Amino acid sequence: MNLTLLIWRQKDARDKGKMVKYQVSGISEHMSFLEMLDVLNEDLVNKNEEPVAFDHDCREGICGMCSLQINGEAHGPDRRITTCQLHMRTFKDGDTIYIEPFRSKAFPVIKDLIVDRTSFERIQQAGGFISVNTSGNTQDANGILIGKEEADMAMDSATCIGCGACVATCKNSSAMLFVSAKVSQYALLPQGRIEAKDRVKNMIHQMDLEGFGNCTNTGACEVECPKGISLENIARLNREFLKASVK
Amino acid sequence: MTLNSKVPEGPIKDKWISYKDKINLVNPANKRNIDIIVIGTGLAGGSAAATLAELGYNVKAFAYQDSPRRAHSIAAQGGINAAKNYMGDGDSVYRLFYDTVKGGDYRSREANVYRLAEVSGNIIDQCVAQGVPFARDYGGLLDNRSFGGVLVSRTFYAKGQTGQQLLLGAYSAMNRQIGRGKITMYNRHEMLDLVKVDGKARGIIARNLITGEIERHSAHAVVIASGGYGNVYYLSTNAMGSNATAAWKVHKKGAYFANPCFTQIHPTCIPRSGDYQSKLTLMSESLRNDGRIWVPKNMEDAVAIREGRLKPTEISEENRDYYLERRYPAFGNLVPRDVASRAAKERCDAGHGVNKTGEAVYLDFSSAIERYGKEQAKIHGIKNPSKEKITELGEAIIEEKYGNLFQMYEKIVAEDPYKTPMMIYPATHYTMGGIWVDYNLMTTVDGLYAIGEANFSDHGANRLGASALMQGLADGYFVLPYTIGDYLSNEIRTGEIPTDTPEFDAVEKEVKERLEFFINNKGTHSVDHFHKKLGKVMWEKVGMARNAKHLKEAIEEIKEIREDFWKNVKVPGKVNELNPELEKAGRVADFLELGELFAKDALERNESCGGHFREEYQTPEGEALRDDKNYAYVAAWEYTGKPSEAKLHKEELKFKDIELKTRSYK
Repeated sequence: MNLTLLIWRQKDARDKGKMVKYQVSGISEHMSFLEMLDVLNEDLVNKNEEPVAFDHDCREGICGMCSLQINGEAHGPDRRITTCQLHMRTFKDGDTIYIEPFRSKAFPVIKDLIVDRTSFERIQQAGGFISVNTSGNTQDANGILIGKEEADMAMDSATCIGCGACVATCKNSSAMLFVSAKVSQYALLPQGRIEAKDRVKNMIHQMDLEGFGNCTNTGACEVECPKGISLENIARLNREFLKASVK
Repeated sequence: MTLNSKVPEGPIKDKWISYKDKINLVNPANKRNIDIIVIGTGLAGGSAAATLAELGYNVKAFAYQDSPRRAHSIAAQGGINAAKNYMGDGDSVYRLFYDTVKGGDYRSREANVYRLAEVSGNIIDQCVAQGVPFARDYGGLLDNRSFGGVLVSRTFYAKGQTGQQLLLGAYSAMNRQIGRGKITMYNRHEMLDLVKVDGKARGIIARNLITGEIERHSAHAVVIASGGYGNVYYLSTNAMGSNATAAWKVHKKGAYFANPCFTQIHPTCIPRSGDYQSKLTLMSESLRNDGRIWVPKNMEDAVAIREGRLKPTEISEENRDYYLERRYPAFGNLVPRDVASRAAKERCDAGHGVNKTGEAVYLDFSSAIERYGKEQAKIHGIKNPSKEKITELGEAIIEEKYGNLFQMYEKIVAEDPYKTPMMIYPATHYTMGGIWVDYNLMTTVDGLYAIGEANFSDHGANRLGASALMQGLADGYFVLPYTIGDYLSNEIRTGEIPTDTPEFDAVEKEVKERLEFFINNKGTHSVDHFHKKLGKVMWEKVGMARNAKHLKEAIEEIKEIREDFWKNVKVPGKVNELNPELEKAGRVADFLELGELFAKDALERNESCGGHFREEYQTPEGEALRDDKNYAYVAAWEYTGKPSEAKLHKEELKFKDIELKTRSYK
């Protein structure tokens, strides 16, 4: 396959940035999208040009490091996968592909396609945990009975990989899907109920401080989420927040 | 220096308990004045950082990714072992200990393994308390499944994402401490060297990967939790950034490196498809609970499949060779990883491999789908269910158990594994070897510790499935936080460690010079070019089957690649900016040294054990032939200036509680 790529290049956080055109050839349909970018970068290095910086690590869709807005869609055209799992068979010979970073005020660009997602970190630090120290003396794991349905639902919420696709997709740059997934996981488990009120309030507070927008229920985040985190989580977050706010 | 494992006296069952009772402690007021650096934030580093901070120490944690949650522990799929005996199938601490020592082919240290088994139950309790959503059955109790090399079900799991959930648990514990200011988190930072003062580990030189700035960080102890060195093969199931730099740098500063040749080649990975491939993807071992592994019995069928003239579903039952069930009837498809990998290689080498490359075998779920389908039909009271109905019901169960893995496979290979068997082939996955540590998890450098995959102690020559998560968390939650106190109790009068000293100056200078060298070299080839060359030598000559001739060749070839690298490597960009090529250059430079020591270690070990298979040492049936008389030791290598001149120190392994015998899974 031969492709035309239009890639966002930005030297650093202060640079204005622009789209730059590249041609790649000899791309196999079995390659992953990031392997296609590897080919481009190898080529650029050989031509003494600077390779395109992008985030990636596990390359199996679980670490949440990779991002990219591909042809305007977070993680590209396919569903329920991350960019590293996107394969070139999704594209056709001769295609032009637009590659941009995840865009949001709360995700400033560091370089080229790499953005700073530490705003997510600070939200988690505000309350995304259960306050239990390591001791070896907590109760026996089977001492806490949890219905299979609740456990499965908590697991579904917990599969969020923190990639930020929900934010990049949302026209308001809202982080509600991300925050709601964590709040839901703990809200659904008896271990998490004790701190539920403080948790939801603190996490929402931090989310607002970071400059994420509000949720207007467009549902775009759910569509683009590589892990299929459901909108029900946002509904649960709203209920939890309401419960915590009424005295 | 003689190696002292510092294993406490007394019966194995009491060692850890009585040792903990007598260990020196640091009082809470003093802990506030003690700093600890933790390198890596996976299961081992993350759990250690959180626990040390809870105890009151000041922790500085480092990760090259943008968040601790990205560490590659996140990719572990199948589960975590613990001797809870919730299934009532006869499990016990002793049995987990026994299985681990046997699974490791009798090359691990008994006392460490027993302790690991002993704290395994605590890990599950701790994780549940943190809100880790393990799988449960309808009564609300925790569910277990079975993994390779054992005869009980002791593996706790969270779908096919157990590593993710456990890491997010440790990450949440870290976040709590970051929020309180007890952990300072250094994201996008890479440790580039260790600083020693008066023989003790006192700090590190790190690079801020965003600005390129070189930073000095001091501490009273340094903990290496940076994972394994599987990427020495270029292609592995490790993350792209997984590297051995921290481990190798401390080795060069005096930490012995143990058993580098003990590497795990995992049997069930998606086969490679072309030269452009950047990494390999694992399909969890848990799939072997329900999947049956086979190749075509007749060579003509194998050839027809490779040429695309025949489909696997068209081959009848009697023309399939379920070679693991045939060779190992007692354990069948659930033999340990090293055995399963070698058996796959044996069949493919004999010409029965499938896939275009001939390097793949089938992992088939059709029997399981039928079995579960019939069971479900009975449960739902469906009489005389049609074949379609059975398949539908069976597929639903398989989806519930392994849905995310099947989806992952389908996305990569573009084939539906519910309808046609998966193709799998072994790939580098985990390294049992690593930095040598004593019972306290301290290396041969005072104040320097190594935990998780970065150390060597618990898995011998082969790790059992679902034991890596167990060991990472055992070290981080329940072992290191106690043992490090014994050392730090002598540090309460030290005070803050200054970084404006000649020791820091000297190491920083070295680090800076090396970075400048890469940028100024302006050679002819990219870093990846050399990494791929190294990987090819490692895979072909130091891979699943090794022999003296190939190993000697490998040592020479690695040296040549290394010389070529230092002459001709090309790194674009600048030092003081975000520069991924520069990051890779440093890591590959270290792999090029480690690879040589790896081959040297493999050459020195004239026996076959676990993941280390020397073709010269095998039984007539092709099973590994161990030599306990001459090789029941840990090979701990001391750096003396060049990998080729590394000095061997032996830690004799004594087996008091388990009888040394030939491992059999027949």
